[in-house]
Amino acid sequence: MAATSGSPKFPDFSVLKQLSKEHLVHLLESIPEKKDLVIDPDLMRPLDRIAGAQLLKRHGVDKIFKLESNKLEISGDSRMYLARPSVKNVKNIANQIKGDQENGRRKKYKILFVPRKLYFCEMLLEQEGVYGAVELEDFKLDLIALDRDILSLESPGFFRDYFVEGEHSLLHTIATSIVNLQSLFGTIPHVYGLGRCAKMVWDLVNTLKSLQGEPRAPIRNEIGHLFLIDREADLVTPLCTQTTYEGLLDETFNIRSGYCEFGPEVTGTDKSMRLLLNCEDQIFEDIRDRHISHVFAYLSAQAKMVQTGYQKGRELQNIGDVKSFVQTELKDLKQQYKSLTIHIGACERILNLKTKQINFEEQLQTEHSLLEGINLKECYTYIEEQIDRQVPPDKILRLLCLLSLTQNGLPTKDYQTLETHFLQSHGHKHLLTFSNLRKLGMYTEQPSVEVTKMTAADVRTKLTDKALMKKTAFRMLCKKLNLIPKSGEVNLRNPEDMSYVFSGAFTPLTCKLVEQVLAKGGWAGLDDVTKLLPVPTFAEHKAQSVKGRGSNGHHQVAPSEKVVLVYFLGGCTYAETAALRLLGKMKGYQFIFATTAITNGAALIGSINDGKK
Amino acid sequence: MAHITGGWNPLGEVFFRKLELYSMDRSWQELAKLEKFKVAAAPYGGPIALVRDESKMTHIPGSTRPTVYIYTSSGREISQFRWNSGKLLDMGWSSSEDLLCIQEDGTVLVYDIFSNFKRNFSLGQEARDTKVLECKIFQGYVGTGLAVLTGSYRFFVINNIEEGHSRKMVEVPDLDSPPSSWCIICRDRHTQILLAKEKRLFLVDYTDVHEQTLTTSSPVNAFIEMAVSFDNRLLALFGDTGLLWTGSSDLQKVYCEFDTKSQKRPKQLAWCGTGAVVGYWENLLLIIGPHKDWISFNMKSEAYLIPEADGLRIVDSATHELLQRVPVVVEEIFNVGSIAPGALLFEASKEFQKKSQKADDYIRMVMAKGDLPLAVDQCIEAAGCEYEPATQRILLKAASFGKCFLTNMSPEKFVNMCKMLRVINSVREYHVGMPLSYEELKRLTLPVLIDRLILRRQWCLAMHISRFLKLPEAEGESRILGHWACYKVLQKHIADETIAQDIKSKLDTAPGIAYSEIAKKASECGRTQLAVKLLEYEPRAAEQVPLLMTMRDQKVALTKAIESGDTDLVYLVLLQMQETMPMGDFLMSLRNQPMAQSLFMQFCREQKPTLLTDLYYQNDDFQEMANCQVADSFKITDFQQKTDKLNGAHDNYTKARNEFAAKATEEQNKLLGYQRRLEDQYKVAYIGKSLHDTMHELISKNMSKLAEQLRKEFKVPDKRFWWLKIDALANSGDWLELERFAKSKKSPIGYEPFVEVCMNHHNKYEANKYIGRVAAENKVKMYIKMGSLEEAADLAFQQRSEDDLNQVMRQCLGNRALTAKIQGMKAQMYSKK
Repeated sequence: MAATSGSPKFPDFSVLKQLSKEHLVHLLESIPEKKDLVIDPDLMRPLDRIAGAQLLKRHGVDKIFKLESNKLEISGDSRMYLARPSVKNVKNIANQIKGDQENGRRKKYKILFVPRKLYFCEMLLEQEGVYGAVELEDFKLDLIALDRDILSLESPGFFRDYFVEGEHSLLHTIATSIVNLQSLFGTIPHVYGLGRCAKMVWDLVNTLKSLQGEPRAPIRNEIGHLFLIDREADLVTPLCTQTTYEGLLDETFNIRSGYCEFGPEVTGTDKSMRLLLNCEDQIFEDIRDRHISHVFAYLSAQAKMVQTGYQKGRELQNIGDVKSFVQTELKDLKQQYKSLTIHIGACERILNLKTKQINFEEQLQTEHSLLEGINLKECYTYIEEQIDRQVPPDKILRLLCLLSLTQNGLPTKDYQTLETHFLQSHGHKHLLTFSNLRKLGMYTEQPSVEVTKMTAADVRTKLTDKALMKKTAFRMLCKKLNLIPKSGEVNLRNPEDMSYVFSGAFTPLTCKLVEQVLAKGGWAGLDDVTKLLPVPTFAEHKAQSVKGRGSNGHHQVAPSEKVVLVYFLGGCTYAETAALRLLGKMKGYQFIFATTAITNGAALIGSINDGKK
Repeated sequence: MAHITGGWNPLGEVFFRKLELYSMDRSWQELAKLEKFKVAAAPYGGPIALVRDESKMTHIPGSTRPTVYIYTSSGREISQFRWNSGKLLDMGWSSSEDLLCIQEDGTVLVYDIFSNFKRNFSLGQEARDTKVLECKIFQGYVGTGLAVLTGSYRFFVINNIEEGHSRKMVEVPDLDSPPSSWCIICRDRHTQILLAKEKRLFLVDYTDVHEQTLTTSSPVNAFIEMAVSFDNRLLALFGDTGLLWTGSSDLQKVYCEFDTKSQKRPKQLAWCGTGAVVGYWENLLLIIGPHKDWISFNMKSEAYLIPEADGLRIVDSATHELLQRVPVVVEEIFNVGSIAPGALLFEASKEFQKKSQKADDYIRMVMAKGDLPLAVDQCIEAAGCEYEPATQRILLKAASFGKCFLTNMSPEKFVNMCKMLRVINSVREYHVGMPLSYEELKRLTLPVLIDRLILRRQWCLAMHISRFLKLPEAEGESRILGHWACYKVLQKHIADETIAQDIKSKLDTAPGIAYSEIAKKASECGRTQLAVKLLEYEPRAAEQVPLLMTMRDQKVALTKAIESGDTDLVYLVLLQMQETMPMGDFLMSLRNQPMAQSLFMQFCREQKPTLLTDLYYQNDDFQEMANCQVADSFKITDFQQKTDKLNGAHDNYTKARNEFAAKATEEQNKLLGYQRRLEDQYKVAYIGKSLHDTMHELISKNMSKLAEQLRKEFKVPDKRFWWLKIDALANSGDWLELERFAKSKKSPIGYEPFVEVCMNHHNKYEANKYIGRVAAENKVKMYIKMGSLEEAADLAFQQRSEDDLNQVMRQCLGNRALTAKIQGMKAQMYSKK
């Protein structure tokens, strides 16, 4: 990958993988003899991205198990656990060890906590009476490079933990991950934050750095800007149905740690298949950010090319030509063929779902109307009908939240009617779900109705209250930032506007803010916008000490100035990555994404849905 | 200046010299009649401990306890203490300059050089029971070791007194009396004891005992004294016939057998470096070289020998001398008539000072042979071997003079030597009293030297040295200041405030100070307030918090932990607080700490859900309490408890002024009541289902009446009921009832759902019954759904809807006739326009 002067270079994140891998090997080798490895199911896939089974075997891992609540019947003399530090995990581990002890088996145990052990782990182990039998160590795994430009902590629980429960445990990990990035790729001079969590993380980064002391040798910075964005700042975007290929793949098949599992209906065989989706799959790289309506055409064109490729092979006469064909082109063709089969299958499946279920179109239509703030009556009726028809709760909740968010809360009557409807359909356990949604401000009641009951003084305070002003905040934001283009204006084939990721109906707010801040060099000049946001903002700029040390004297923009890291706290969607990649292409930026996890509407709602437990 | 070679004594081909290191301090001179004392001196110019030797006393005043005195090598008293424990058998120094006092019962008491008791350890039960007869301290490969001979004639050895236990050596057969002599040999990471049982020699370790054969030229009855060289490679044995045998410590090589003509056991037998063995009898010091050469000195008063790596120190009541082989370079430069390059350069330099042209002659002589670099090196090296600063100076001058004639000589060696000599001279200084040689400093390394200065509380000198040598702050300045501060907090007469300020002002600029260590020290000696103050300065919360916890300052610890943003620390504090505090107080203290509270709640959610409710109760958070109760009500199976929980939730929601949720719980309770009755009646599980699902189930099971009842009770809207009933009827295949239902009254949701539901069950026949009643605008769509494309096309044509026509056409792939027909229709429509 040669970095031309035009396109800024990607920092090389393979070093992250390399470091994690070395760290893991070191930990594995700390038990030199053969050992069994028991892995927290949440870590299975992330681990796959760092070390394959081969590597584990090479470093003395005998059998691999999933950490569950069952007792383990393994004969090996030593066992290693790899787990997140959660109460559940620690208890399961303790139970397994106790099980061994009851059966008179004495083994060597070591628990690797990812990314670090917490005090309560030790305490619980002690309470369970197995503390003496185990050795504990930290496997400091934070960001995993899912792709050339996507880093993830793979902690999907964070959205709920932090924004609903107010639990801060992961903040330390996030901050550490930023400190680590800076120690590898240099101090990032410009930092922009959006949200309270972002602020706390940044403060923590500064604390951690002050403890660390000055770096031994200052490294040339490869990243120019850092955005820290609370998911809370923009909940509308993840709730909208994505219409890029990658986004839809995620919504339909659930991409986890970059792997996508395709069932027989996609593979065309009787077997399921797991595919790693990243930039190394050339065909995927070409279509991932395309609007779904233009994917199939591309794929069929590609298929034709592959066919002609094979044809060419068949027409060859000369043995030497055939040989070179088999050695070089055929392999590529086969690879392309395999990849094409899957993507065509997946695309078909998505399109089928789209057309077969009239629902899909209607749902999109409703979403778009809500975003635009038109046909509200119809939308309301549609949603009500969906509830009555027992559409799966997560889907309904997604629409309900979108309804509430786009109008900054519902009138009390509608609010209660819809919730009652929902409870009747899916049970009263969802009182808890609605409580969560309220905490997040995703499904709320407009406060104005209370006025009649309030005293005059109350009214005055309420009127100045931000809550009331926010009534139209979303609409104003859309207008001020021009989030909603005029219908039919957006070219979906060769997009030039970020809103194409939602079929031209809406520009992701987060991405628009990033664009504006980069253009204006900060939040200044965006006052009329920031005051409408539900969360505070901040920015910090470091004076740059070393200016272009190059031989040519005249001042020029450092290449790192064009590299922008956007860190989503609480999840990032593929629609957002696609939108920002487009922005990068148009404005000459190179965007890199870091996130606590990749998310989408279903995942987001699913994580706060308490009805299913 | 007298010629340097004046004090040289030839021993065979080499020379030995005796240098006076110190004339001892008056306090030493007054006390140290060495014949009355047990002496223990540490190598590398370490401290000297003295205690009155009771076995040498003529009368023993039973009541008085002996005093242990600790002196520097220059005879300055460092400290003294009254010996209050059991019978003191022997003393010695560890490599970290701790004084080890071995009692007869095998207990070892450890003191620092300021006589502060540090710790004690025992050599085991057997030693205690049978008493220790003799003991020897040695430098093993891992640290300072200790070997004892017990009353049962067994040996016990500890290889490292800092850790580990004593281990028993293999017993020597038929050893029924103390061996005539013994010593410890550490070679190749292996500790062995060589012992003589009369003239038989045994080599003993943990696993084996080997008898050694040693033939001597003249017969010996017993070996009564032994000495091992500093590097453990050489051995000297003294026989009762006066024979002195020297050889390798594995007894394989013999270097020399020498008849001392004295059958008396020497008071001390020691190696002087590796070049000669020194025997000390009353009044006489005999130096014996490897080739039977010897030198003797008369001793004026009782002395004590301290072997060093490169020499032997001799201390008596008045002076402290060093006996060493004259180093080769020194010999080459100063020996009379030497024509070594160094010697010539030295001469040249001397002549140059005298402004004599001979300087030029000498320099030319050296340069002619191209030996000048060597000459400079020799002068530099020789300077390092000298103790007298004046001599060092003239040698360095010579080196610098020689350097002028060389263009490409690196100055590093010269500069280094100058620096090192400054350091060495400053620690040799009488006040400090560490007579280190350059060679020894190299072995000891600079950080250890700094350590030893810290140990002697020579803060200022240590600081000067580390600044002068520009040592990294972590091992130099910061470390020294840290130790200084730890010492400072022990000064109980100074107020907390003053100490804290003193420490802060001195340490403020030094990076990487571990304030927590200092605070810990303060806390250990009971100065909690001071410790808290010092902890304020500690920037690393991870260091701060645990200490605060041990000092029981949990509130501050909690605040600090929260400030640090490190949840692990918060957990640490929280969980410890929870264990040590009454629950009420604990929950109270969480009140104003939302971050800690959330963290604790998250922990409780999985670990102790009951605590969670307590927390909410305390915070008057009725909404959350109610939520918990709702969640519980779904978890519990007992019906009564379920309703109780819901009632509780109802009350709490009311308190939280959430009337809507309160009403919802009421409804849920009502629903539960119905479901229970249904279950009792029909033995089908209903509890846990939603209202919708319950009604659906009832209709499917042909119990529409009951569903109707629920509908009224819960005011289920018409639309929902229709959707629900249509689906349920179709599911149970009750097409008759469906038809009846369709006709019962006008459907509030239209008739499309009827068609759809039939088609979902692939029942086109039934679907046909409803298509007529479908609203006109949806009919085409419904026809398509039914697969009646022909009708759909006709209808669309009738309605003049191009969109619909297109939609139909998209469905009829493969049906050419119909496609053609539709195209015809479209054409017709255009033409009519």
